[in-house]
Amino acid sequence: MLSYTLRRLAFAVPTVLIISLIVFLMLDMAPGDPTGSLPLTIPLEVREQIRQSLGLGEPVFVRYFKWLQMTVITEPLHILAGLTGWDIAPGGPRILSWQTRSPVGDILVQRVPQTLWVVGLGYLFGILIALPIGVISAYRQYSWFDQVGTFVSMVGFSVPTFFTGIVFILLFSVTLGWFPSMYDTTHVVRDWNSFLFQAKQIAMPVAVLALYNASQISRFMRASMLDNLNQDYVRTARSKGMGEQTVVLVHVLRNSMIPVVTVIAIGIPTVFTGAIITEQIFRVNGLGDALIRAIYVSDWPMVQTITFIFAILIVLFNLIADVLYGILDPRIRYD
Amino acid sequence: MTTRTVLLGTAAALVLAPASAMAERERGSSGHLNIIYWQAVSTMNPYLSGGTKEMNAASVVLEPLARFDNLGELTPWLVDEIPTLENGGVAEDLKSITWKLTEGLLWSDGTPVTSADVVFSYEYCTHPEGGCSYRDRYAGIEQVEAVDDLTVTVHFEDVTPNPYLPFVGAGSVIIQRAQFQDCLGARAPECTDANFAPIGTGPYVVSNFRPNDVIEFVANENYRVPTQPYFETVTWAGGGDAMGAARAVFQTGEMDYAWNLQLAPEVIEQMEAGGRGELLVDFGPLMERIELNFTDPSPDLPDGERGTREHPHPILSDIRVREALSRAIDRELLTEIGFGPMGMATCNFIVAPPAMASPNNDNCLVQDIDRANELLDEAGWERGADGIRVKDGQRLELLFQTSTNAVRQDFQALIQADWREIGVDTRLRNIDAGVFFGSDPGSNDTYLKFFADAQMYASLFEGTDPTPHLEQRRCGREPQPSTQWQGQNINRYCNPEYDELWAELNREADPDRRQELVIALNDMFVQDYAHLPLVARGRVSAASTTVGGIVMNVWDSEHWNQAEWYRIEE
Repeated sequence: MLSYTLRRLAFAVPTVLIISLIVFLMLDMAPGDPTGSLPLTIPLEVREQIRQSLGLGEPVFVRYFKWLQMTVITEPLHILAGLTGWDIAPGGPRILSWQTRSPVGDILVQRVPQTLWVVGLGYLFGILIALPIGVISAYRQYSWFDQVGTFVSMVGFSVPTFFTGIVFILLFSVTLGWFPSMYDTTHVVRDWNSFLFQAKQIAMPVAVLALYNASQISRFMRASMLDNLNQDYVRTARSKGMGEQTVVLVHVLRNSMIPVVTVIAIGIPTVFTGAIITEQIFRVNGLGDALIRAIYVSDWPMVQTITFIFAILIVLFNLIADVLYGILDPRIRYD
Repeated sequence: MTTRTVLLGTAAALVLAPASAMAERERGSSGHLNIIYWQAVSTMNPYLSGGTKEMNAASVVLEPLARFDNLGELTPWLVDEIPTLENGGVAEDLKSITWKLTEGLLWSDGTPVTSADVVFSYEYCTHPEGGCSYRDRYAGIEQVEAVDDLTVTVHFEDVTPNPYLPFVGAGSVIIQRAQFQDCLGARAPECTDANFAPIGTGPYVVSNFRPNDVIEFVANENYRVPTQPYFETVTWAGGGDAMGAARAVFQTGEMDYAWNLQLAPEVIEQMEAGGRGELLVDFGPLMERIELNFTDPSPDLPDGERGTREHPHPILSDIRVREALSRAIDRELLTEIGFGPMGMATCNFIVAPPAMASPNNDNCLVQDIDRANELLDEAGWERGADGIRVKDGQRLELLFQTSTNAVRQDFQALIQADWREIGVDTRLRNIDAGVFFGSDPGSNDTYLKFFADAQMYASLFEGTDPTPHLEQRRCGREPQPSTQWQGQNINRYCNPEYDELWAELNREADPDRRQELVIALNDMFVQDYAHLPLVARGRVSAASTTVGGIVMNVWDSEHWNQAEWYRIEE
């Protein structure tokens, strides 16, 4: 198992490098212009000087290796130094965002907590809701609970979050006035009241995302439970006189969780990539919001770096899912 | 014009009405103000950004020597009076201007503002490696000289009838030398702390800046007016979308001020009914137009000749066709559908300031299909079997491009239908704004290359002087291969009479004569149907009904008088 994991890790390195090259070149060849979003009152000669000052004058491979070195070494060290207070930050240039002219790493550090809280909680609640619904729906297949569950998850799955988000705002902020329609990223939790405010402002985006995630995962859970409930070992367990609770919650559930756990693990990178649209609707300034705005204004260093981080996360969590599969299911060991 | 007058009246009333309450107001007495910019602010250094949102945010911290008020009049800001020929501030030969700083001005850190800071601001922005966005404000300057601690003289290389570009307006601000002296040129972006929290002379100081997210301001203790600013703290949130920003002011009341609400007119109307906020609209030089190509964009031509004046446009070189295209458009309908109260149909190239807008071209406001048909008949274009006109075997077919944007696509469809009625077949194309407005000479899809027959976009000019804007349409200023496709004569207009008249305007110092010349140039250009003006677009923001003192300004930052904003007590 260990050697398998190590082998996979070794393969991941060239994969990530190739992805980084593709991401960099694709964006470099993209037709956008960082001065394209500036007002037309800025003359063309000045635009040319701005482009030069952004470092666009150098050959593409020089820029690629500089960027790779900064993404893999300089920025992580700066971020680590910022988090721990250790004096390990190297000197020299950093990746500068073209919009803000400030290091991309610093912006990521500011953005990640919002995304993890909002999108992460949405994912967590989604899982917590989905698992019991999936189990009960499968166990009582075609009961009213199953029918309602199926309907709700179909709605949750097929109605896009930008629609549910707006409906929530109109209902709970505009009409009822219960929750704020905008997320205040400067809010600090100090005491009970400020915690209550934080809970209030986070409630709607989390609910929208939880509904969406729960619909997906509960369907997986239900299907997987149904596969197992009809297996021979279930009949054997029952015929040995085991209680219904033991049969379902110990035998069936554990086996059914195997594919669901991998689905959940593979879905974790999407927590980091942020829910672009949901973040924008509720004005949660997370990573997804940073990415989409950088795309709008052709801020390539920002887009390249965020995309590359996503690529690393996806490769990593795919690996984790595979390893987990092996651990959970002794039949599939890779040695 | 009437809308504008009414708005100005309202604005004036807002300032004057609660005069009794004014006496009690003092610094910080109004508490907290919430502003929402749905496009978040990226940096507090306008010289490094060039975007309107950055310029606006910076304007409550960094200030110029003089700025334009809501009527477009020059107003002294960090000086006691505007230098003119009469008071001797502007030299007789029109080659220099001398500014005298107000005595006792302090930076927010308590140190005095001196002429060295003014000179330094010039040096900062003109550094060849700096990539300063407002470098053109400092073009044609020979030297900026600190005469004494409070006096600065700007020496121009040439006779300059309008010396009020450097250090005037929100884009041309004074930065502190002590803070930025190690940030010149290529090192400018490295000074992140200074760029995010510049020390300024304005009413507010940055207390927390998160790029593309939120800015928190506190009142500047050293602000020159002891009773201002009335709001103690300001949160300047960013992000979300225009709809959410409008909702936060009009419906939920979470925000006090929302910037740039380019939304569908019916949406705005519906939200305004909420009663918590009001729409602020004023009209500046921003105008949506269709440019008609005077050169042949045919892909059959060799590279380097396509879209150049070597090959005149086979259809649009005929003024009768251009006039017919203009007559066929229903501008009032376009305005109503696309902009509602935020737009005014127009037939002028220069739509503002009001004194410079020509009264001579209003005949285009009414759609006239019959006249358009007549013109095309005269020009020899005859209807074919499918209703599309043909001449010498060539169909009257045009490619019409613009940037991707809901309103522009509506306009395209309506204009396509209008033109169809007079027998013109229009193919539509929309291009991502980042590409369309980009200036990459390698891309064939930019508005500069203009490889299409017609294209639509909006353009404007800085300040109140349209001279540089009119200059763009001179012969030889068109984008062409030899200039790497840079240049602003987008439609490749070329008229020696126009060039002569512009030269006269550029020499003229007398304001009345200048005004006449601007109108004459405008008339010459639009009566040649060189481009088709459509809609003058207003600047649109929204403010809560609980905030007073806001005076919308299209000639400078919208936040030009934010020190005077206050909370209306119930």
